[in-house]
Amino acid sequence: MAILEVESLRKQYGLLTAVDDISFAVQPGECFGLLGPNGAGKTTTIRMLYGYTPRDDGTLRLFDLDIDTDLREIKRRIGICQQEDSLDPDLTVRDNLVGYARYFAIPKGEAEGRADELLTFFALHSRANDKITILSGGLKRRLMLARALVNQPELLILDEPTTGLDPQSRQLLWEKLAELKKQGLTILLTTHYMEEAERLCDRLVIVDNGTILIEGKPQQLVRQQVGSSVLEIADPDDKVRAFLDKEASRVEDLGSRLLVYLDDGDELFLKLTREVRTEGCVLRPAGLEDLFLKLTGRELRE
Amino acid sequence: MKWPNPSQISARAFRVWQRNFSIYKKNWKISFIPPLLEPLFYILAFGVGLAVMVGELIFNGEHLTYTTFIAPALVAVAIMYNAFFETTYNSFVRMYYQKTFDALLATPLNLEEIILGEILWAATKSVIAAGLMTVVISLCGFFECPGALLLIPLALLGGLVFAALGMICTALVPGIETFNLPIFLGITPMFLFSGTFFPLQNLPEWAQTVAKFLPLTHLVALVRGSSLQLFSGELWFSLLYLLVAALLLIPLAIALMVRRIVV
Repeated sequence: MAILEVESLRKQYGLLTAVDDISFAVQPGECFGLLGPNGAGKTTTIRMLYGYTPRDDGTLRLFDLDIDTDLREIKRRIGICQQEDSLDPDLTVRDNLVGYARYFAIPKGEAEGRADELLTFFALHSRANDKITILSGGLKRRLMLARALVNQPELLILDEPTTGLDPQSRQLLWEKLAELKKQGLTILLTTHYMEEAERLCDRLVIVDNGTILIEGKPQQLVRQQVGSSVLEIADPDDKVRAFLDKEASRVEDLGSRLLVYLDDGDELFLKLTREVRTEGCVLRPAGLEDLFLKLTGRELRE
Repeated sequence: MKWPNPSQISARAFRVWQRNFSIYKKNWKISFIPPLLEPLFYILAFGVGLAVMVGELIFNGEHLTYTTFIAPALVAVAIMYNAFFETTYNSFVRMYYQKTFDALLATPLNLEEIILGEILWAATKSVIAAGLMTVVISLCGFFECPGALLLIPLALLGGLVFAALGMICTALVPGIETFNLPIFLGITPMFLFSGTFFPLQNLPEWAQTVAKFLPLTHLVALVRGSSLQLFSGELWFSLLYLLVAALLLIPLAIALMVRRIVV
């Protein structure tokens, strides 16, 4: 049984179709990624999952319960870490957790125990009595995540959990999420950081303009759609172009930069650097970012 | 706009009340100062400064000093202010800036319960303020017991009406600075023309008719009648007015907030 089943989900805002017939399912214990550029419909999708935004069409089932009839029970069993910080600035770090547990009708003693466990897990214990207003962005995110876990959810929903964080905070959050995954927690995550998706997601979909462009396992998708490696050439001249016209089949011309997608080995790279030129040529493994840009295009969104 | 269904609302609304109360408790020493000092300031200013110029007045056939006349109105105004300012500025800050409602919507609570919890809390603030003021004014000898005890349920009822009115404003204003408009056009005229500082009968006929539609007029009448033990049959009508207002305005406030937040 899937933890979450989304079928033909649709949301219209006036003339804009924010979510246009999206279907996917999240299986127990997996980390599922919802990738897409800004404005792709990720947050709208997430908000429909917990009834924050009413959907126009489609069915939503969590834990085999229908969202229309069992929303409260569903909300009791999920943890949601929203994109914007919604911590209670009138409360301390610890009281944010204890207070939040009250909304789930968790008895006070138990709530306090869980709060302390979570503070330790997220390395927030030394800040337990601090006011929210003096916390850094990274600490606030950790606390948001801790708060989403206070009801011991069976599904954790994260909307861009590391946007705006410094590398240290991001690494720490990824470590903690990996640890939670190892403990068997099912996670649904939206992001536009490819490194994040590569590191955490077992399966993912790439969304744009409210529709799913592709679904699968990240490594497999990259191999199938992009290849095994990418040769990048900066400031290409006619000689390089002529060489590639003859030798390579999949070249993307960005003007001041050429990208050559390769399926096997490094022969082309070696031949290019031997015969034409070496400077500005880099061979690197293909990644999710290549796939993402290939599918969603390179033009700016906002 | 969708009218709320009573089946949507559970005792979880009380959790929202509890959140606000637990924060209020932390600052209770500061929160208690205005209701304790405000009546003293007014009694001093009006009792010493103004009453000598006004002298006595006749209200419902009774001779009252001017200070005795306005003392109940102070409580009624405090009931209005405490509830209205809680569900306007404070609720707006929680909704818009602090994203408190967003956080609560990720829990088993629904929006209807959150808004009702906010309204209940605002009415509670009215009860606390009215209770404290009643003690001070009674100690000064202006209120009659046991009639003054009725001020507690009246504060709850009046608080609910003005909390709902405030929440309706919160549902309609584009931004926090727009609250100036309902305050300047609604709250301030009510503060002045609801039989607070002079009897309604002093107003021209048409203005008296207008004043009869203002909720503060009825709250002032009830508070004055109870605390001075000057009961009259008209008070039943005022009570009915406030009960009906509460029963209509609370669901309306919830429906308008749902319309604002759920998109």
